[in-house]
Order: sequence, then C-alpha cells, then structure tokens
Amino acid sequence: MYAQMVKSTGKGIKSREEMTDEERQFQDRVDADEKIEPKDWMPEGYRKTLIRQIGQHAHSEIVGQLPEGNWITRAPTLERKAILLAKVQDEAGHGLYLYCAAETLGVSRDELMEKLHSGDMKYSSIFNYPTLNWADIGAVGWLVDGAAIMNQVPLQRTSYGPYSRAMIRICKEESFHQRQGYDIMMKMAFGTEDQKKMAQDALNRFWYPSLMMFGPSDKDSVHSAQSMAWKIKINTNDELRQKFVDQTVPQAEYLGLTVPDENLKWNEETGHYEFTEPDWSEFFEVIKGNGPCNKERLGARVKAWEDGAWVRDGLMAHAEKKAAKVAAE
Amino acid sequence: MSTEWPLWEVFIRGQHGMSHRHVGSLHAPDAEMAIKNARDVYTRRNEGVSIWVVKAADIAASSPSDKGPLYEPSQSKVYRHPTFFDIPDDVGAM
Amino acid sequence: MTRDEAFFEFLLRMGDNTLILGHRVSEWCGHSPVLEEDIALANTALDLIGQTQMWLGLAGEIEGKGRSADDLAYLRDAWDFRNVLLVERPNGDFGQTIMRQFLFDAWHSLMLGRLMQSSDTRVAEIAAKASKEAAYHLERSADLVVRLGDGTAESHARMQAALDDHWPYTGELFLSDAADKAVAEAGLAPDPASLKEEWDEMVTRVLTEATLAIPEGAYVHKGGKAGTHTEHLGYILAQMQWLQRAYPGATW
Repeated sequence: MYAQMVKSTGKGIKSREEMTDEERQFQDRVDADEKIEPKDWMPEGYRKTLIRQIGQHAHSEIVGQLPEGNWITRAPTLERKAILLAKVQDEAGHGLYLYCAAETLGVSRDELMEKLHSGDMKYSSIFNYPTLNWADIGAVGWLVDGAAIMNQVPLQRTSYGPYSRAMIRICKEESFHQRQGYDIMMKMAFGTEDQKKMAQDALNRFWYPSLMMFGPSDKDSVHSAQSMAWKIKINTNDELRQKFVDQTVPQAEYLGLTVPDENLKWNEETGHYEFTEPDWSEFFEVIKGNGPCNKERLGARVKAWEDGAWVRDGLMAHAEKKAAKVAAE
Repeated sequence: MSTEWPLWEVFIRGQHGMSHRHVGSLHAPDAEMAIKNARDVYTRRNEGVSIWVVKAADIAASSPSDKGPLYEPSQSKVYRHPTFFDIPDDVGAM
Repeated sequence: MTRDEAFFEFLLRMGDNTLILGHRVSEWCGHSPVLEEDIALANTALDLIGQTQMWLGLAGEIEGKGRSADDLAYLRDAWDFRNVLLVERPNGDFGQTIMRQFLFDAWHSLMLGRLMQSSDTRVAEIAAKASKEAAYHLERSADLVVRLGDGTAESHARMQAALDDHWPYTGELFLSDAADKAVAEAGLAPDPASLKEEWDEMVTRVLTEATLAIPEGAYVHKGGKAGTHTEHLGYILAQMQWLQRAYPGATW
C-alpha cells in the first residue's frame, strides 16, 4: 500500500495484564471507536508507528506526482492535460494534508522531508516503476489509485483523529482519479490497434507492481497485529489484495485486455479469483533501492528541495522584515 | 538548515452561510501568504467563500485531562434538550 | 487582410500565449520549492489551459474550416504559432518563472480588462471569465516578486537577474501590426500599444517595492506574434504534439 511494511515499535501486543493503567484506558478508547486526538495521552509506540505510517503515506503522494507528472507536457489533448494536471495537483494536496496530520504528532514537515531525502523513510514501491506510454496514465489511475483506494477507504475509520480526517478529505477528492484512469483505458482499449497495444502493454507492466502495493502477506506479522489492535491498520494485506483482484479482473475483461497471469481463475467455491503472487524478491529489491526509477524519483525530490531553498528562505526573510517593521511602528 | 515556515490552521466558510469550519493546515511565511495558500490548497473544488487563518502556535486549547470536569457536567442537564419535555400531540407543532 | 483574418490572428495570439505559458508553468508540477507553491502553480496552469480552450475554440469558429481548439494546439507547426517570445522562454529557476509570470500577468490583466468591452460578445464573455483568473495570477505573482526581490541577498540577486533576462522580451507585448490595427478599428480588441503606459506604471510600482532596478536597455526581442520564434518553441511542440502527430486520427 502507500504505507508498506510499516514496523510498529513494540515486540508484540501486550495482554491487558501487562498494560499500564494509561495503556489500558487508551486501548479501551480505541476499542470503543473513540478518536484519539493530538493532545491525548498515547503510547509512544503508537505515536512513532503513526509518524512512520503517515509520513510514508505523505511521501508516496509527492513522489507519486512524478511518474504521472512525466506526461503532463505530453498529454494528447487540452482536456486530458487539464485533467491530468488537476489530478497530479490533488496528489500534492494529499501529501500536504498528510504531512500536516503527521505534524500533530510532534514531527515537522522539514524533518520528514529530510528523512525521505536521506533514505531513512520510504515511499510506496509502485512509484519506482516508469510510465512509458500514454496508457500508463490510464493504468496508474485504474490500478494504482484503485489499489490505494482499497486501503484508504477503511482508513477513514482509523483511530487517530487527524489521520482519519485527512483520509476522509483524500477519499472525497480521490474518487475521480480512478474513474479518469479507467476512462483513458476505455479510450485506448477500444481505440486503434496501436492504442490497444499501449493499453495491454500498460496492464502487463503494472499488474504485478500493483499487487505488490499491498505488501507481502502479513498474516503472521506481530507489527500488523499491533497496528490492527490500534486501528491504524484495518485489513490484512492479503484481504485487500484479494479484494483488489476480485474487483479488477472483470474490469480488465470489459476492456478486452488480458491480465498477465496464466494461473488466474475464478474459484466458484470460495467466490474469489485464484491468482499468482507477485515476485516478492523483486519487491524487496525495489524497496532496497534497485527499482527501475528509484534514483530518478528520489533525485527529483532532492533537487526540487535544494533548488527551492533560496525561495523558502527569501519568503521567510521578507515576512520577518515586514513583521519587524510593523513592530517598530 | 533554514527556518521552517510556521504552521497555520485554516478555517473556511462554505457556500451556505454556515460558520467558518476548520478544514486543515498549511505552512506559510506570514498571514497574507497563508490566506493565498489556503485559497489555492483548500478551495480548489469551489468549497468556500471566506477564509480565516490562525497561526497554530497561537491557538489556546483545553487540556484533554480536564475533559471530565469541562464536559461531563453538561451531560446531566437533560432539561436543556427539547426532547426532555413531553408535549401532547394535540398541542400541534412546537 | 479581411476583418475575419485579422480576428483569427488576434485569437491565435491570445490562445497561443495562454497555451504556451500554461505548458511552461505545468512543467513545475511535482518540482516546486514547497508543496503550497506547487499547488498554486498548478492552479495557474489550469486556468491558462482553460483559457486556451476558449480562445482557440473561438479562433477555429472564426476561421470556419472546422478546426477545433485541439486541432489548432496540436496540429500546427511552429511558424503558425502566434504567442509572444516571452511565454516560451524556459522556466529557469523559480525566480525566472515568477518574473516571467508577473510581467505577463500585468499585461494580461490589462488586456482582458479592455477585452471585456469588445464589440464581439463572445470575446467579452471569455475576457470576463479570464480576467478574474488573471487578476488573481497578478496578485500572486506581484506579491512573490516583491517578497523575493526584498527577501534575502540571494533571492534579491536572482530576481534582479530574472528581470534583466526577461525585460527585452516584454516590448513585444505592445507592438502593433496590421492585424492589431484591423481588430482595433473593428472595436474587437485594444491596440496593444495603448496598454503600455498603464503597464509601465503598474510594473514600476511593483518592481520598486521589490527593490529591483528596471533595466536600462531599450532593445526589444520580437517575432513571436508573426511566427518567428526562439528555438525553445520547437521543443515544446515536439513534446506537446508528439502523440497526436505519431498516431494521426486516433481519439484520446
């Protein structure tokens, strides 16, 4: 997902007997679906895990601007250009909302940026894949945003108030993203032979990386169990992946495209599709920095930040001068 | 490292004459730019007709540990709510 | 040149300015100095793209050959583009982008203000919508010019350099040719030269507040309005038009 493999800090879930009074009260509030707010008492592990998760989510939004932003200047019509620009702009907005949510936990946006730039914090593996043809813009909206929505919709109910509110706003804005992606896919899949080829090529390349977005199976992970107890993770990775496949396969069929999985088949008994797991060794390589675009993506972020330093400083200096002038009057 | 722009809380009044509502936060070097940024960030979908910004550091907030004393006493004042009173149906709308 | 030929020419100039500048500004998306600014720049670019659709849409209508706004944007070669050279200049650093924007916005808002009085109601309507957007663009770009001009020593130096670079390209905004004269006579649009004085005043006021010095040279780079562009436009079009050119007849 946008926040993959976030490790909680504890070694496992404490039993009620092991918890302190504060921890027990906290867990009771979470269990009762009460929202935790910034000034409320919270376990240190909860705070740290949330900073990692929200931070990683925010980083994914702004790094996620890059593969799509790639195509803004090449969009084939004025309307497509406007739609794509509006969409990539939304992602900047989503990054902004999430950074602000993280800041309520006592970390600054600049600190988070530095951690992204130094590689201490990660972003979703999916954005290290290239967008090579125009149908990729369709595929990103359809598959990548589709996968993201699977995770974000339940996160609207997450226990941390500012995170929950950011997700509500994001989901509201995000609803057009997947549709515009599918709309591009329809134009391509029902278009000329060349366009069909682009559409199939895009699906071939984005299918497995999209499945990887949910992260490796976490049914035995103590970190995930803790995060689920804290309600900062709502479903297991496998649940969401299955839901995504079940939803997406018929959509691919409607387009007349072939999902690149020979073992894909409907299982009447379970009511779900059977599918091939993505190559997890590839996933771990991408996370380590060996994806096709890791260097470009991070490089672009670092460059934007460094090149922009004089602007941020200049604007701050002017504001301080003005404030000093007002104070002197 | 340079100084980070301060954080501002943004309040927007929507189309229908409601009160300003907290919609989120952003960074800006001063109030004037915070309003412009709020316009660009938080009204992209025609959400508002008026913007307030307040420096986050300037907000005084109640403490969560006072929650009991601050808010629970009002729970017992049930007579403040219209549903407390039984008015016969024959009386009509009230 | 007939009235409609001049009118068409004028509409291309308006639409190509916003098309090319919108394209340039959109290049910042994902690369701006700070998230708030990234979002603001995208808003400006989106406004400009929207205006392009209106101007070029009307241009196609006036031309009467069945060309849509997209046909005009994606299927003309550089010599048929009528934007001023200023808007095709590369983004450079953030200061150069904002200075270019400010110099253009100041002209644009004056022009659109006058066009609201156009004898053609379609022009007046487009101008009415666009002028609100341009007024905000100007407010923002002028504000940034002042803040960065009067910020740190480095931001000041960069803004002065940006002004020095762009300044010789501003004169083209006020040059009049036969087409300009014809549309002015028809009451469709003002003579560009008539905007100069107000622009000078406005720009001088802002630059002075920004503690920036207006360059002395009077040399004017020109040619864009007549289709002779800088080398930059060819690259812009190569990117922008590539899909339409490589796959003719496809719908997107």
